[in-house]
Amino acid sequence: MIAKLSQELASHLPRLTVLREKEDLIPYSFDGTATLKTMPALVVFPLSADEVSTVVRLAAACGVPIVTRGSGTGLSGGSIPVEGCVVLCLSRMDRILEVDANNLTLLAESGAVTQSVAAAADKAGLFYPPDPGSMKISTIGGNVAENSGGLRGLKYGVTKDYVMGLEVVLASGEILFTGNKCVKDVAGYSIRDLFIGSEGTLGIITKVLLKLIPRPAARRTLLAVYEKMDNAAETVSAIIAAKIIPCTLEFLDSVTINCVEDFAKVGLPRDAAAVLLIETDGHPAAVAEEAELMADLARRHGAVSVQVAETPEQAAALATARRSAFSALARVAPTTILEDATVPRSELAKMVRFIQETSRKHDLRIGTFGHMGDGNLHPTFLTNERNHEEMHRVEIAMKEIFDFAVSLGGTITGEHGVGLAKKEFLRRATTDLHLDVMRRMKQAFDPKGLLNPGKIF
Amino acid sequence: MSESHSLRSIDYAELQQCMHCGMCLPTCPTYDATQIERNSPRGRIALMRAIADGDMEATRTFGEEMYFCLGCLACETACPAGVQYAHLFEVARAEVESAGVLNNPRRNAIRLLLLRGLFTRPRLLRLVGRALWFYQASGAQWLFRTLRLTTLLPPGLRNLETQTPAALSRFSCDIIAPREGPINAQRRVGMLTGCVQDIVLSDVNRDTVDVLVANGCEVVTPRIQACCGSLHAHNGDLATAADLARRQIDAFDVEKLDAIITNAAGCGSHLKTYDRLLADDPKYAARAVLWSAKLKDVHEFLSGIVIRKPAPVLDAQPLRVTYHEACHLCHGQKITRQPREVLLAVPGLELVELPESTWCCGSAGIYNITQPEMAADLQNRKLKNILATGVHIVATANPGCHLQLVDAARKAAHTLEVVHPISLLARAYRKASDSKIGPAPANPTPSS
Repeated sequence: MIAKLSQELASHLPRLTVLREKEDLIPYSFDGTATLKTMPALVVFPLSADEVSTVVRLAAACGVPIVTRGSGTGLSGGSIPVEGCVVLCLSRMDRILEVDANNLTLLAESGAVTQSVAAAADKAGLFYPPDPGSMKISTIGGNVAENSGGLRGLKYGVTKDYVMGLEVVLASGEILFTGNKCVKDVAGYSIRDLFIGSEGTLGIITKVLLKLIPRPAARRTLLAVYEKMDNAAETVSAIIAAKIIPCTLEFLDSVTINCVEDFAKVGLPRDAAAVLLIETDGHPAAVAEEAELMADLARRHGAVSVQVAETPEQAAALATARRSAFSALARVAPTTILEDATVPRSELAKMVRFIQETSRKHDLRIGTFGHMGDGNLHPTFLTNERNHEEMHRVEIAMKEIFDFAVSLGGTITGEHGVGLAKKEFLRRATTDLHLDVMRRMKQAFDPKGLLNPGKIF
Repeated sequence: MSESHSLRSIDYAELQQCMHCGMCLPTCPTYDATQIERNSPRGRIALMRAIADGDMEATRTFGEEMYFCLGCLACETACPAGVQYAHLFEVARAEVESAGVLNNPRRNAIRLLLLRGLFTRPRLLRLVGRALWFYQASGAQWLFRTLRLTTLLPPGLRNLETQTPAALSRFSCDIIAPREGPINAQRRVGMLTGCVQDIVLSDVNRDTVDVLVANGCEVVTPRIQACCGSLHAHNGDLATAADLARRQIDAFDVEKLDAIITNAAGCGSHLKTYDRLLADDPKYAARAVLWSAKLKDVHEFLSGIVIRKPAPVLDAQPLRVTYHEACHLCHGQKITRQPREVLLAVPGLELVELPESTWCCGSAGIYNITQPEMAADLQNRKLKNILATGVHIVATANPGCHLQLVDAARKAAHTLEVVHPISLLARAYRKASDSKIGPAPANPTPSS
């Protein structure tokens, strides 16, 4: 099958870059997910939707599965190859095609790096808010396929809130454009939305039409330190109750605070139970008023210290703790497993406490940080994949944490996707009917099951 | 090859530390050029790990990949997990050499000549330097080029001939006394003169000593110094690198010095790792730890003791300077603020920030010789960025970068002065009204 596909590719697309050697394939056998890897049979680098379409038709004719990939930064194994597949790497389709300042849209090829999309918007005085942690290298197509989040979810939403249109190569090889520049459009099913978060299982996204918004004029940053986790959670509730929607509401737990201190020495008290990084943006006058009010709310709800940045430099200094959180945790142990259990905001304190108890119960190191504003937590397991006994305990703890999140009305993944890593948990977190509807959809779009098979369910 | 110099026997956690998040990719010049994972730090580490796991042998392709890497260490700066890529890269290249997958008679002969022959013998290296100076100063180079005799050379050598750096007529030991500065100085430092630096940029060494003396240091400079071994460590010859480290340590009275100073970024980055290089040597391990602790880049050292500002001169001309960051200073040693402090200590100096200042210039040790195409692309990119600043003086603190930039300016026929930050400070001290140091050394400036 592969030999035949290889031949067909050479004759139909003679200029297509195709990797076949072991040394070239090994670096495509994994993505950003810990511990998972599978060797692909080929890696190809199409340069246009037409080339993608040809590859899809040829692969389908040869019965070879296709795994689409951008920069391979995913955290749920969504772009990990399946045995004997061709990896369709879109990183070279990276052009920003248009910034339309009249309609506030941006059109890019799916391999464009998220950061370059944000920079192109910024250059036009506009703003593309989704900022996943890997945005310096993640591709916009990957962001859409995983429906990535980021730090600004509470106020600005996630990737799906900014997708206006998509160009998609279907499993048949046909090229579909779905969506347009209209804010309102109810002409038939919203097919576009089906591909958002579809993890490469329904079609191959080749172009993305994004919504942009005006850039906020001002921003203020605060840092509040707490001796009790509940006080931090109460502050968050109080801020929302005061009708303020901050653009950033980030949280670090005590394990993370101590790792940050070991690594970056930013001067946080080591006995603190929680730190909140809060940012508000918008009109300068509103921002100043909100910052003052939030500082007051934090103090009234038990913060032992509240710092408000007066300059951009001070703001950057306050944000250091949050920015270095993941780096600080990642240095502690050989294997870092970053999870994204998510609960309704009102249940956050319960969830954090449960994670801490679970970590003690199974004698594991888990640092938790995350997006307090939208309930998306990152319990981060610091372990060693070669220690099988400990890895077993990690698995049990993970199951317990996900079950608890679901019992609180939450979800097993807020922003990383299901891929391979969460497959087992998806069954526990949703109904049979829900899963079955997903399967029927998959069957309708990809009857031969050649697009990223074995992922999600 | 010692046990710890092979991928199968190094601490596996070093490889595991890479969590393949991909944050290194946008900072890697080779990945930027090809967008193929194999040419990225994450891809290279995956290959190293495959060898450590026994899934793969060190193949010729692996060898070529390890030598396609610039070793610029931009990935170390970007890495959230603190992977020590420099170490992995050295071990991987050692693995390539011990497997012999890149062996061919010509490569072996050149390696033997350079790594084992020339760069372990300081006196021989100086002799070559002297011959180079004679070739250039006598007019032989001019004649050779004018008569187009260079066309008789094989293409590889022909390109290199045009890149030959201008050798200076005097070495560091001719212009630096073994002991300078006040005897009862507050600080006593050792001065490393380097090997390439000593032949083509010995005036930078003179300037460094002047600046140290002007900042109240007694400076001890051993007359004959060996190569620091970075060339060997970066090219898969860790055994010779360890030998050279021992010789270097022997040349200094480490215990009696407050600091040992280097002004060459590439050397400094390697010199600071003597502790790891000699960790298994019972006789040297302890001194090597002391050595690494005392080893300071000159900017780092000056910044730590607070730089004495030269008195401004009344008729001073404004000086606009841009700064190219040597990879092994900004990435290898994380020294970025201090050279700027040195520059800004010069009265009247305006620092114009260079776009992509931390992107490799393509010199990368002997990379411009082994990978001329990639090196030329990076050189052009750097030159373009420098020209975009509109500034005619570029400061940099590494002999490799220095020569690469001089070569770039020559190719573009552009009047660009390439200068070490310390040299600008030394000039300011000499010009200053309260000057205590003598006139500039009578060392003819290279006519490049």
